[in-house]
Amino acid sequence: MSIEVRFRIARRAFTLEVEARLPARGVTALSGPSGCGKTTLLRAIAGLERDPGGYCRVGEAVWQDGDRFVPTHRRPLGYVFQEPSLFPHLRVRENLDYGYKRTPRGERRVDFAEAVALLGLEALLERHPQGLSGGERQRVAIARALLAGPRLLLMDEPLAALDRTSKREILPFLERLHEALAIPVLYVSHSPTEVARLADHLLLLEAGRIRAAGPVNALLTRLDLAREQGAAAEALIEARVGGHDTAYHLTWLDFPGGRFSITRNDLAVGRRVRLRVLARDVSLTLARQTGTSILNIFPATVADLTGDGPARVLVRLDLAGSPLLASITRKSAALLDIRPGRRVFAQVKAVALVD
Amino acid sequence: MPPEADLAALRVTLALAGLTTLILLSLGTPLAWWLARSRWRFKFLLEALVALPLVLPPTVLGFYLLILLAPGGPLGRLLEALGGAPLAFTFGGLVVGSVLYSLPFVVQPLQDAFAAVGERPLEVAATLGASPLDRFFSVAVPLARPGFLTGAVLGFAHTLGEFGVVLMIGGNIPGRTQVLSIAIYDHVEALEYGRAHVLSAGLLGFAFLLLMAVYALNRRHRPVRP
Repeated sequence: MSIEVRFRIARRAFTLEVEARLPARGVTALSGPSGCGKTTLLRAIAGLERDPGGYCRVGEAVWQDGDRFVPTHRRPLGYVFQEPSLFPHLRVRENLDYGYKRTPRGERRVDFAEAVALLGLEALLERHPQGLSGGERQRVAIARALLAGPRLLLMDEPLAALDRTSKREILPFLERLHEALAIPVLYVSHSPTEVARLADHLLLLEAGRIRAAGPVNALLTRLDLAREQGAAAEALIEARVGGHDTAYHLTWLDFPGGRFSITRNDLAVGRRVRLRVLARDVSLTLARQTGTSILNIFPATVADLTGDGPARVLVRLDLAGSPLLASITRKSAALLDIRPGRRVFAQVKAVALVD
Repeated sequence: MPPEADLAALRVTLALAGLTTLILLSLGTPLAWWLARSRWRFKFLLEALVALPLVLPPTVLGFYLLILLAPGGPLGRLLEALGGAPLAFTFGGLVVGSVLYSLPFVVQPLQDAFAAVGERPLEVAATLGASPLDRFFSVAVPLARPGFLTGAVLGFAHTLGEFGVVLMIGGNIPGRTQVLSIAIYDHVEALEYGRAHVLSAGLLGFAFLLLMAVYALNRRHRPVRP
């Protein structure tokens, strides 16, 4: 299953010229600076923008090809706009029903009660949109999109118009969505936090063209892209809760390269979690350090390195398949003779649980 | 002029205004929708044409209609050829004249209301599986509701006050084409000030009540922009 698109749309500020094949599962983030064509691409996939020569296929269904153009209302998709666009003349329940009623029974993916529960809308059903907060409105808009039986969920910066509190309120719902439903999501965002939390796959756009595409961690740790992130350069690690150390009040997180110890939390054993490790928080040694307060030390192989300004070097490490970035001084790199293939130990000073 | 004539004029006036409003709502809605959404380069030509009755002396409109609709006129002949009767000096002729005369009063509020709905709610409806016609009735019409109310009342009230067009193409046939505004004129000509007062004050009060109702209702139903 995959999604294949080819569009060429001229705009005043840029020309979107995209040809891509995306996985039709999990969350694919479309990211890039504002005005790079993210929203235009999403709208073209929805059929809201027309490119007469375009091509769009989702799974087996061809939505656009040559003379064939399936109009938006016949495409089984859900669309969440940047600003929560609820119908002001309808109550929350009627807003949710709008797409639900127009979807044939056999094509529904989520039933009404399930969507209401998933997004926590029980108490809002009889309210009017005017009386809801921004975060509540966006939750209704997301549930409304799910109830239209989408084979593909398109989300255009659904959190961008919200304040920090509302953002924090909605992110867990989006993660639950990701876990609970097998609907592929294309998620437009220029927030690294959202990408790190939600995305499995990343498509980077720049000035209307694809800069890079691939699994999110592979792109985050690609040195040319990571260097542009400066101090925010980071790697993601998929881990599983391995157990809890009751004596020292720690939690173990296992990944192929070893075991992280972090301050104890009450995550269930076996649960999958995502960790973010900043390149600045990783240092390198040639021998395993003893007599250090750092708990998280892993054997690693240098995969690649690149200069990062006059004084620093950005190193990509391989920890039994998991990539990790380390930002060290040029001097240390020279002293330790860091080069591809060198065996080192990565000391991780700090790690953040993505939650 | 016998007193029953005033009642007959009231009946003709209400029938004319009611029928005109109904016709204008059904013809004006698609026209206003098209005007609000079309990106045609020469759309302004049509907009100017629709607005013409706002500035044209009603007698000019009435004069040309008379020539068109009279038994020997181009439209009159066509109607006769189709087996109909000429429309000049009939109630039907009045309706045609009133529809043209009040057109901008219905179309413009509707066009503004449709334009104010904007593209986004219709796009949302499309992504939720609503066809164009479905979107029009389930989203555009409810959101443009204040425009419908304003258009209907303005069209009705404006037709009530019609004088010049009616005089030109309807004549002044009591019970058939005599409307209130003309009855008032006749009373004043005949120095029957008392009866002119009754009808004038009635029209004044009614028009004020109608407009008041529109403004009050539109305040309550001011559309909320998402």
